[in-house]
Amino acid sequence: MPTLFEKIRDRHVVTRRGDDVLLYIDRQLIHEVTSPQAFEGLRLAGRSVRRPGAMLAVPDHNVPTTPERAERIDDRESREQIEELRKNALGAGVALFDITDPRQGIVHIIGPEAGLVLPGITIVCGDSHTGTLGAFGTIAFGVGTSEVEHVLATQTLWQRTPRHMRVTVSGALRSLVTPKDVILAVIAKIGASGGTGYAIEFAGETIRKMSMEGRMTVCNMTIEAGARFGLIAPDETTFSYLKGRPLAPPPSLWDAAVADWKTLPSDPDAAWDREVEIDASNLEPHVTWGTSPQDALPVGGVVPDPEAQPDPPERARMRRALEYMALVPGTRMTAIPVDKVFIGSCTNARIEDLRAAAAVAKGRKVHANVTALVVPGSGLVKKQAEEEGLDRVFVEAGFQWRLPGCSMCLGMNPDKLKPGERCASTSNRNFEGRQGPGGRTHLMSPAMAAAAAVSGRIADVREVAR
Amino acid sequence: MIEKFLSLNTVGVPLDRGNVDTDAIIPARYLKTLKRTGLGVGLFLAWRYDAKGVELPDFPLNRPAYRGGAVLVAGENFGCGSSREHAVWALMDFGFRAVIAPSFSDIFQNNCLKNGMLPVTLPAAEVRSLIDALLAAPGGKVEVDLPAQTVRGPNGDVHRFAIDPFAKKCLLEGLDEIAMTLTSAAEIDRYERERRKTTPWLFLDLAG
Repeated sequence: MPTLFEKIRDRHVVTRRGDDVLLYIDRQLIHEVTSPQAFEGLRLAGRSVRRPGAMLAVPDHNVPTTPERAERIDDRESREQIEELRKNALGAGVALFDITDPRQGIVHIIGPEAGLVLPGITIVCGDSHTGTLGAFGTIAFGVGTSEVEHVLATQTLWQRTPRHMRVTVSGALRSLVTPKDVILAVIAKIGASGGTGYAIEFAGETIRKMSMEGRMTVCNMTIEAGARFGLIAPDETTFSYLKGRPLAPPPSLWDAAVADWKTLPSDPDAAWDREVEIDASNLEPHVTWGTSPQDALPVGGVVPDPEAQPDPPERARMRRALEYMALVPGTRMTAIPVDKVFIGSCTNARIEDLRAAAAVAKGRKVHANVTALVVPGSGLVKKQAEEEGLDRVFVEAGFQWRLPGCSMCLGMNPDKLKPGERCASTSNRNFEGRQGPGGRTHLMSPAMAAAAAVSGRIADVREVAR
Repeated sequence: MIEKFLSLNTVGVPLDRGNVDTDAIIPARYLKTLKRTGLGVGLFLAWRYDAKGVELPDFPLNRPAYRGGAVLVAGENFGCGSSREHAVWALMDFGFRAVIAPSFSDIFQNNCLKNGMLPVTLPAAEVRSLIDALLAAPGGKVEVDLPAQTVRGPNGDVHRFAIDPFAKKCLLEGLDEIAMTLTSAAEIDRYERERRKTTPWLFLDLAG
């Protein structure tokens, strides 16, 4: 009767201490922002990396997304952080997809592409969006720098078992309604802290019908509901995604691996601390109006009125959010103009996302008031998109076609909003200042972001694409 | 390395907001550092200063009565968002050693404990009363006693809090967690040997 999470945990217990288990960590992904102090800590303590072969490093947060980055990076601190990653990886014998490597990209996107994220494993990264990788049926979670260091030194972490929540999504998604809309609706339903202390397993026919790309989008934003872990049971979709990838089990071990993976799904009589059900059959494209990912509503809606909110702290939060966003209650969401459009990030920069955006962009033009960026999640996504001609669709429509990286998701590299600018973004966080100081973010799907780009305002993609 | 934590008796600083995210605590552009120190300058940057870099006088951290306080009292879901440990480093560099809130994000709470910062979870109504008291009489003291697991508010009100016994021990003794884990090195070795046999596909060398 164990859950998927419990089955994976049980096979990774090295030892126990009271309620805590020392969990073996199969793999760690490393990026340039949260790792320098971890490597420094090792050096200061005279320790070494226990299993360099279980790590993969990549620069993504700081990297510019324009071509001159191969020759020079103007920002001194960014350059130094990327150089530090290179030095640390090479010094420890850790694999590195460096800035000019065709496989470089956002840390949560390159791992699956390399085939190193396999069902049943434990995997961490010093980044809260590591939960993305739970889409493969893994225990994948974000950690702080001290824990990055702990994994480098010991290949383990002390963990307390979380509570278990199952979110069951049923019903066929309507045309132009996407996994992003599903997860925004889930977060709106359970709230930004509704998942705190939980591992969330996503189940149900809607999830089963999603591609691995879509499942990764769903698990990516689990942290925006407060949960460190989002999981989806592995199935044939998972296996066929993995088969033949560089670090997937070789042919001689493939059948044994698949047989093992098939034992992982939660037992039918598994016990859940909380269950949530979502009927997705009438789900509409979602957008956010405020400064928390829970502030999502159907695109046909209006900016809500804080005065109608009975809970005083929530009312105060809503007022503050509307002030920051410069929005007036009652305004139709589709009447809100945008200055920038960002299609990218670990949430929505995989091939399927770019196809969805390109389908809307094709034969249309980016609105004269809008600057629009498309930033593929990795060099491999970029290459595939170019082979499919998506880059030409975007460029002809007036979008900028960039090099892979975190880009405008988080304001750490040259791609950022100016104060007061409003952005339709496929990223995961609409916090104050997230995309740049004073910037205003509306989260939505790639198709919706493309619709906003060509409309000059938030728009219902179903009307734009009609 | 964890800094030892025993007790505090210091000015309490009220931050009457919920869902304070780690981007607000320390904006991403401060994450370009290679060090753990010096991050206090970026703490709550967008709330402490206007766009021209002038201090906003109403923000609690800027009000003279609250300066030097080492206990922050805030709303629910404190530290949500990114995993950046820089958020804890920034709070500590600024002088905070404890945060009291109705709830914390899982990762932030973990990061606190790794650095000798005490996250104190109290019921929402008790946090509300502390914030109200600190707003009503700025400069009021809050006493945090970790051995006794109590918080004493400015009006003498005493609140008991729960903390995991092992986390408490680590805070009180300032233990080096990696050194402690390495005492289990033989068990880690044994685990790896076993797993190499049962799931050999997990031992392909990524650097290969």
